[in-house]
Amino acid sequence: MATRKETPSTPTAPMASTSPGATLDSPVKQIQIEGLVVLKMIKHYQEEGQGSEVVQGVLLGLVVEDRLEITNCFPFPQHTEDDADFDEVQYQMEMMRSLRHVNIDHLHVGWYQSTYYGSFVSRALLDSQFSYQHAIEESVVLIYDPIKTARGSLSLKAYRLTPKLMEICKEKDFSAEGLKKALIGFEHMFEEVPIVIKNSHLINVLMWELEEKCTVADKHELLNLSSSNHLEKSLQLLMDRVDDMSQDIVKYNTYSRNLSKQQQQKHQYIQRRQQENAQRQTRGETPLPEEDVSKMFKPPQPPPRMDTLLIAGQINNYCQNVKEFTSQNLGKLFMAEALQGHNS
Amino acid sequence: MVAVRPLGIDSEASSDPLQIKLYELPAAAQMSVYGPVVKIHPVVLASIGDSYERRNEGASRVIGTLLGTIDKHSVEVTNCFSVPHNESEDEVAVDMEFAKNMYDLHKRVSPSEVIVGWYATGFEITEHSVLIHEYYSREATNPIHLTMDTALQSGKMNIRAYVSAQMGVPGKTVGVMFTPLSVKYKYYDTERIGVDLLQRTRDAPNTTNGLTSDLCQVGGAAGRVQDMLATVLTYIEDVLSGKQMADNSVGRYLMDLVNKVPKITAEDFETMLNSNINDLLMVTYLSNLTQAQIALNEKIVVL
Repeated sequence: MATRKETPSTPTAPMASTSPGATLDSPVKQIQIEGLVVLKMIKHYQEEGQGSEVVQGVLLGLVVEDRLEITNCFPFPQHTEDDADFDEVQYQMEMMRSLRHVNIDHLHVGWYQSTYYGSFVSRALLDSQFSYQHAIEESVVLIYDPIKTARGSLSLKAYRLTPKLMEICKEKDFSAEGLKKALIGFEHMFEEVPIVIKNSHLINVLMWELEEKCTVADKHELLNLSSSNHLEKSLQLLMDRVDDMSQDIVKYNTYSRNLSKQQQQKHQYIQRRQQENAQRQTRGETPLPEEDVSKMFKPPQPPPRMDTLLIAGQINNYCQNVKEFTSQNLGKLFMAEALQGHNS
Repeated sequence: MVAVRPLGIDSEASSDPLQIKLYELPAAAQMSVYGPVVKIHPVVLASIGDSYERRNEGASRVIGTLLGTIDKHSVEVTNCFSVPHNESEDEVAVDMEFAKNMYDLHKRVSPSEVIVGWYATGFEITEHSVLIHEYYSREATNPIHLTMDTALQSGKMNIRAYVSAQMGVPGKTVGVMFTPLSVKYKYYDTERIGVDLLQRTRDAPNTTNGLTSDLCQVGGAAGRVQDMLATVLTYIEDVLSGKQMADNSVGRYLMDLVNKVPKITAEDFETMLNSNINDLLMVTYLSNLTQAQIALNEKIVVL
């Protein structure tokens, strides 16, 4: 996926109330989104995201105690090759400046992205979120899943990088030893923050009016029994990832095998050397110089572990989604059985 | 002499001198009187409400630009942004530069959206609106003017749309009249699901609501269907006991409903159900297996 890295802008005004000691624990315990933001994200994907990769945008809001309030958002244009001189930072700056004129919160608090069947754990996302979280402590990435939403219920999740992962990204130490030191598993990469939707009273009035005016028949997609299409696609993606994973594992195995072979060779060489030296001593000749063994046997390059971690995280995500989906469908099937039994 | 028939008398319209009653005219003149149908997306209304809440001190209303697409018979409003303006007794100043800038920025994201009109909060159409409308007629052909009464003067929000038309005696001063248009609400599927979720905040005490988890949602949807069935059942019982007059069209719908339940033999249904359940269980098992596998892999590598 060719998502480009978004450069965060330094906040133009200090955050509302960040306590200095809030960096130890996660500073954000809950996210409060306004209905407007949800509607804007849905619309953005619907209009611009069909068939293409992902749509992205910026979230604006405030931090209040331990809650992150997201009050507005604006979309980012698609990254097109023929728009080479398009300056993303400039677009962002102009947009935020203009929004300030109409009293919209202009503090950058994160970004949002749409996803295809839940596949968003990638290097690009990690990098973007790291740069955001580095510049702005409380930022989150909102993942909006349009396909799941179309099946009947809004699917919106908020993620942050765990502090452990932040440390690792800071030092750029992605080797096996580094990760082992920090004891990071794929479950500790992202932490999910619970979301709450809040609407002001005026918007609530608007909702009442809409319900009254608009007698659109409820379509009940949620009770749809068909599952094979969705399952097929999810399983396909899962299989691809598992293939990647197995390739990585093979690489790691060859590496460890090479390493142990090399260790053996080193030992043998040293032993032979010692034997020869002992023989020479008995014959009274000068012993051969000790050679630098490490230079002769260059240790093989350990494979990078970060990608494996990302793939594992992605697989985990797919599995979670699939399980959620199957549990819903099982419920629906049993309901259908009850109805049919009632009829016949 | 052309026969005219009043189409509908708006009780509020008679008090507002700027509105006219709609009359059915012969087909030739119809298009020019009616104007296009305005389809609004809920995101526009939420945006307008939000910018009204954030208005400057002392401003009684906010205005902004409407973006959307124009069709042959309808105008679809899909986006909007507010424009800062100052209004006093005798003059009005709108930041045109800002409006143009914002429109350019928005065009970068969705190149297919064009300016289709403008909106204002408030109940009445003032003289200033005429001036602003003139400005917008330069930007778009036949702009739509949308009003939304956020102060709830008449107890409702009164979302209305207008098009301007020239009126007056030819040769003398020409005035402008705002003729109302019919407003419809259009939703994308996903938008409707989003709005459904948002509507649940109405009942919560401090207007907040969390997102529910998987099986709860299915339960909720089933509950809703059950409610609807209960309503239908009470209606049928009323008709049977004579409390209500039977309506033929409703009866036909009910026939359709009952016939929609597919007639499947018990064995066929059993096989279908079992195969589906087997598929789902197998997938659950596989995903659990995969998760166990990657967890194991991680532990081994760390050794």
